[in-house]
Amino acid sequence: MTLQRKKRISIISLLIFLLCSCIFSICVGAVEIPLKNLLKILGNSIFQLELTGIPKQQESVFLAIRAPRVLLGALIGSTLSITGCSVQGMFRNPLAEPGLIGVSSGASMFAVMFIVIGHSVFNGLTLMFGYYALSIASFVGALLTTWLLYKFSVSNGKADISSLLLMGIAINALAIAFTGIFTYMATDDQLRTITFWSLGSLGGANWKTIMVILPFSIICITCLLPFGKALNAIALGESQAEHLGMDVKKINKYIIILSAIGVGASVAMAGIIGFIALLVPHLLRISISADHKFLLPASALFGGGLLVLADLVARTIVIPAELPIGILTAFMGVPMFIMIILKNKKERQNL
Amino acid sequence: MIEVSGLNYYVGNRTLLKDINFRANKSEILAIIGPNGAGKSTLLKLLSKQLRSKDGTININGFDLKRLDLKNLSKFRAVLPQSNYLNINLTVFDIALMGRYPHFKSNPNNIDIEITEYALKEMGMLHFKNRLIHNLSGGEQQRVQLARVLAQIYDDPTGILLMDEPITGLDLQYQQVILEKAKSLAGTGVTVLCVLHDINLAAQYADKIMILKQGNIMGYGGPQDILSEELIFNTYHTRVKRIQDQSLGYPVIMPVS
Repeated sequence: MTLQRKKRISIISLLIFLLCSCIFSICVGAVEIPLKNLLKILGNSIFQLELTGIPKQQESVFLAIRAPRVLLGALIGSTLSITGCSVQGMFRNPLAEPGLIGVSSGASMFAVMFIVIGHSVFNGLTLMFGYYALSIASFVGALLTTWLLYKFSVSNGKADISSLLLMGIAINALAIAFTGIFTYMATDDQLRTITFWSLGSLGGANWKTIMVILPFSIICITCLLPFGKALNAIALGESQAEHLGMDVKKINKYIIILSAIGVGASVAMAGIIGFIALLVPHLLRISISADHKFLLPASALFGGGLLVLADLVARTIVIPAELPIGILTAFMGVPMFIMIILKNKKERQNL
Repeated sequence: MIEVSGLNYYVGNRTLLKDINFRANKSEILAIIGPNGAGKSTLLKLLSKQLRSKDGTININGFDLKRLDLKNLSKFRAVLPQSNYLNINLTVFDIALMGRYPHFKSNPNNIDIEITEYALKEMGMLHFKNRLIHNLSGGEQQRVQLARVLAQIYDDPTGILLMDEPITGLDLQYQQVILEKAKSLAGTGVTVLCVLHDINLAAQYADKIMILKQGNIMGYGGPQDILSEELIFNTYHTRVKRIQDQSLGYPVIMPVS
């Protein structure tokens, strides 16, 4: 049972990794918060202690900026990574990711549309939801894309994976074209928002965004976690999974819907953050184990920690400005990804 | 035990299987042979509930297949697929443990682990249990698959094993290893139904042989009675010579030009 042990140790170390990157990310920034003061602030706000000697500025930076931002990073990283892992398992293709089936770009298309023509056309929406209107627009986009995908690729109650993938490509192309039109129509100001948004950023984090994304993230993560056994069986082939008593039809349906919820909410709150969903499960699969019972929780933990660290770099590397996090995840992701492919290729040659 | 009566299967107005009646008994191997497109795989898919037919009945251990759901079925019925590439790189033990998936909810019980190890031992793969499946040869991988299937129905003497050309692409030794195991499994009471391409392997291992051609049963019976030169010519349009060696209990079929 050496591998079993390795999996257990990995889960524990990934949990520690997530915690450490959260603490590190809270402490470091334009305003430094020493660990001692962080503990005091936590003591005061959670346990109602009356500890003194904390600079006012550090406390308010922690409560209003750092804490929600780190939390948002961890939530989005976990959600994206676990959906990536499930979708890869469902497609039986390690290169699949939610972006691939068109959900991310569907969401982004709606958001860009809203930025450009939002105030004239969707005036009511803005009035009703104010700050959240943009998020709601992209969330609607994600759900609509998923519904469309599902309608087109499910025949006789069975999801046809290859047509789902092809539909994803078509939707991606369509979304890029529409996004292009709206970008062309946009004013300079709007253009800046669009760019920033389509490259992803956790800059919008506050306690309100946390409250909006929290239920979606929790539903997505907790409902996807028990699919480990099913995804392992599906890896043998769909008919083999059925012979092992799995209702593949139902499993595919649940995974598609849960992924839409997770990805839709994440894109709505932070824009398109690429490569995390692709990279995290792949990295864990190759370095530790391809067993989905391990891979699902490990992806959630590792993805959360990694995105928090990426955000730390994004907001400190060009102080006082901020780099869109999507650029960073791509820069971190691509070399790692190429390394993985090369390593894989070498292993195959050695066989 | 599998009992099939009056089974028809159509796609559009093409008949893939026509009025199929047979009975596969407990403790016996029934081999299904026939040319390509005879409907062998279709029949196996109907038996494993991947396809459904409106006509005819399929009874498995006395239960109507229509009333058995996939979950209940998977507790006593296992299917060994053709030897194929697995795109997930798990350890040998993890693959074999999947055979116990129908028997536990989220974590394997001790009995599941014991059975899995026993099944691996039966297939001579226990010393490979921590190896990754991609590092094994095709024949070894298929032995792991058989261990998985074995683990699935291990503790059920009324188990059913369906095999779809399980030895295609394997060498002489592994062909014998896999079919030998199927034979000994039948010895414990399991009903084995196996689609085969090789008439001689069918003759060697099967208790009964069913010959299919274009969805019709051409012949059904013991190897000695059924494998006549004439019937094989009618089925495959190939002239063969039937050789009976005194030391073998079964006929040998040789194509002649």
